Amino acid sequence: MDLLNALVAFTNFVIVPATAYGAQLALGALGVTLIYGILRFSNFAHGETMAFGTMSVLGITALFQSWGISFGPLPTALLALPFGALITIALVLSTDRVVYKFYRKVKAAPVMLVIVSMGVMFMMNGFIRMIVGTDDRRFADGARFIIKAREFKQATGLNEGLAIKTTQAITLVVAIMTVAALFYFLNKTRTGKSMRAYSDNEDLALLSGINPERVVKITWILVAILATIAGTLYGLDKSFKPFIYMQLLLPIFAAAIVGGLGSPLGAIAGGFVIAFSEITFTYAFKKVITYLGPDGWKPDGLVQLLSTDYKFAVSFAILIIVLLFKPTGLFKGKSV
Amino acid sequence: MTHVVSQNEQSRMRPPKYFACMALLIIAVGFFESWNSALFILNFGLISAIMALGVNLQWGYAGLFNVGVVGFVALGGLAAVLVSKPPVPEAWGAGGLQVLGALVFGLAVIVGAIALWKRLSGSKYRGLILTAFILIGFFIYRAIFDPAVAAIEAVNPSVTGNLGGLGLPILLAWPVGGLFAAGAAWVVAKTALGLRSDYLAIATLGIAEIIIAVMKNEDWLARGVKNVIAIPRPVPYEIDLQTSPWFLSLAERFGSDPITASTIFVKLCYAALFLGVIILLVTAMELALKSPWGRMMRAIRDNEVSSEAMGKDVTKRHLQIFVLGAAICGLAGAMMTTLDGQLTPTSYQPLRFTFLIWVMVIVGGSGNNWGAVLGGMLIWFLWVQVEPMSLFAAEQIVDIFNIGPDLEAQIMKRVIYLRHFSMGLILLLVLRFNPRGLLPER
Repeated sequence: MDLLNALVAFTNFVIVPATAYGAQLALGALGVTLIYGILRFSNFAHGETMAFGTMSVLGITALFQSWGISFGPLPTALLALPFGALITIALVLSTDRVVYKFYRKVKAAPVMLVIVSMGVMFMMNGFIRMIVGTDDRRFADGARFIIKAREFKQATGLNEGLAIKTTQAITLVVAIMTVAALFYFLNKTRTGKSMRAYSDNEDLALLSGINPERVVKITWILVAILATIAGTLYGLDKSFKPFIYMQLLLPIFAAAIVGGLGSPLGAIAGGFVIAFSEITFTYAFKKVITYLGPDGWKPDGLVQLLSTDYKFAVSFAILIIVLLFKPTGLFKGKSV
Repeated sequence: MTHVVSQNEQSRMRPPKYFACMALLIIAVGFFESWNSALFILNFGLISAIMALGVNLQWGYAGLFNVGVVGFVALGGLAAVLVSKPPVPEAWGAGGLQVLGALVFGLAVIVGAIALWKRLSGSKYRGLILTAFILIGFFIYRAIFDPAVAAIEAVNPSVTGNLGGLGLPILLAWPVGGLFAAGAAWVVAKTALGLRSDYLAIATLGIAEIIIAVMKNEDWLARGVKNVIAIPRPVPYEIDLQTSPWFLSLAERFGSDPITASTIFVKLCYAALFLGVIILLVTAMELALKSPWGRMMRAIRDNEVSSEAMGKDVTKRHLQIFVLGAAICGLAGAMMTTLDGQLTPTSYQPLRFTFLIWVMVIVGGSGNNWGAVLGGMLIWFLWVQVEPMSLFAAEQIVDIFNIGPDLEAQIMKRVIYLRHFSMGLILLLVLRFNPRGLLPER
């Protein structure tokens, strides 16, 4: 029985990665939920928006690196982030102008907009692949670790090491800053309040003189910023592969629905629920259980509930359970 | 989606005209490229048309939003393997029955959990007891399942390593593929229908991912990513044709060399089979559409509230049509695997088998079966042809601007993704300027 080592192993392999992944999902789900709250459709192009944002950041990072600009121990991509977000904002605003605006004018059914977003997804997908190709790219520079496993072992004298990657810490810090700024904006500023009013009751908001086109524009700007940050953090933490972002669509939607579509707080909670359950269910607990059991005893198998390839099944199962028992999500979302 | 009655001369002449144009396009490929590629486009076009018919049934007749087409197609492919491949007796001996037993046990746990949930209503510890029940059930299931799977996968892993199939004729796999897909669709529909439409979409997206994940990982079932090759055929093999005298004389009569003639003959046999299926399906669907059942479905689609007030069970009808549509997608999946002669789970990409099918339905005209067939053929044609066209265009640009070989290689590698871009563009243009599609609903 070795509680401390078990705890360290569990932290190292489950808590740390799940926290980073959860923050990334939460930021992605926030984008989905904002569009749902204001524009009232599920945006299938959100994964590609994230990929586009990451691609822009990637390009600017390469530019900065060629100029010799770096951010010390932090990745250069963080410096490039605002510029990448600007490019993404320009893209989504022009997409809205050219594509989505028409359907708002004719008051198309929400499901029509979902199909439209499928077309946008296809186009962005092709565009991204034409620009950067499909290769796997790593763009995290600077220091790789904040705490190295070996140093941790030496400092504490434990058998198990605890490693925290710079990108994981950055993910959490940036996500907290972003969410704080977003909530400040939504709850304290006039524009943010008008957005919430529009989301809660469109007719009353219109009646009180809120300009719907302005609300929509600001929503898209926020969504572009969130998507760029979420995509870049995910890309920094793992690596940038364009097709991965389409696969992220399912956990992101699951997070948004589990939390309650249209509820920003719910999106964050949903992101962490999905991330923690995906990683807990697919982690092999052999090591942890060996420490917890009596000395010299080992479990036979890996003690892994599901193989890692079934992580989608986990987010899906949670989605279904929530849909069955609490259709509006954990934090009462919309159910139009 | 209003229902406009327009029976004038022009709209009645439209389908034959458009289909003639489609035929001309394919014949043009035959003349300018080769008859083999023309027939390739025709065969896959027909299969895509069947998938589009399935989605059209769900979306056009009932307004149900299914983005899990790829999963149902993959289940059809699985059926092709499980029905037609010969069984592997050693694997069955090693743990076949044990695997089946584990699956039955797993099912029993799920059924038991549902029963327990109902029985315990009102109890304070309902959630806790149920979680414990499911967890214990899961560990027992894994304890039965895992060793059996390990034993099966150890049997001659380079060739089989799976249980094999039933060794029945491949044509039987087509309806079985439909049944598999219908079963999966029933489970999805039972949980997600009756909730809002977006939820059904996400649920189908999820089930498709899971089906693909199962097919990639469960090697005992259909070898996973090791692929299954040499799936039996319903039509003769080229090699046999090339040695049979009647075929050689036939090839001579057409003045063609036996090798090319044999490949074309095989493709023509498939085309005939697929055409037969399409004619059967479209006739059945058209008859259904004109029957009281079809009118009821459209009434439900156009106004759920009033249909419910008229005493129609909307959720039940939706369940019915969702299962039927998925079955058609499964049938198409089995047909496609038969045509390919192999099952490669990694090839089931949602972009190709879900979203592209949607482009077909929308472009063809949702609610119109002939439109779905036309859209399936046309979009498949473009999907195949945009790639060489964009490569050709890129070559011209490279020549004009004198671009170096390094950059040229990069451009050539990426220009193929113009096909994704153009499909999205076509979808958006049709939605914006001709939302009822090429052949609108009558």
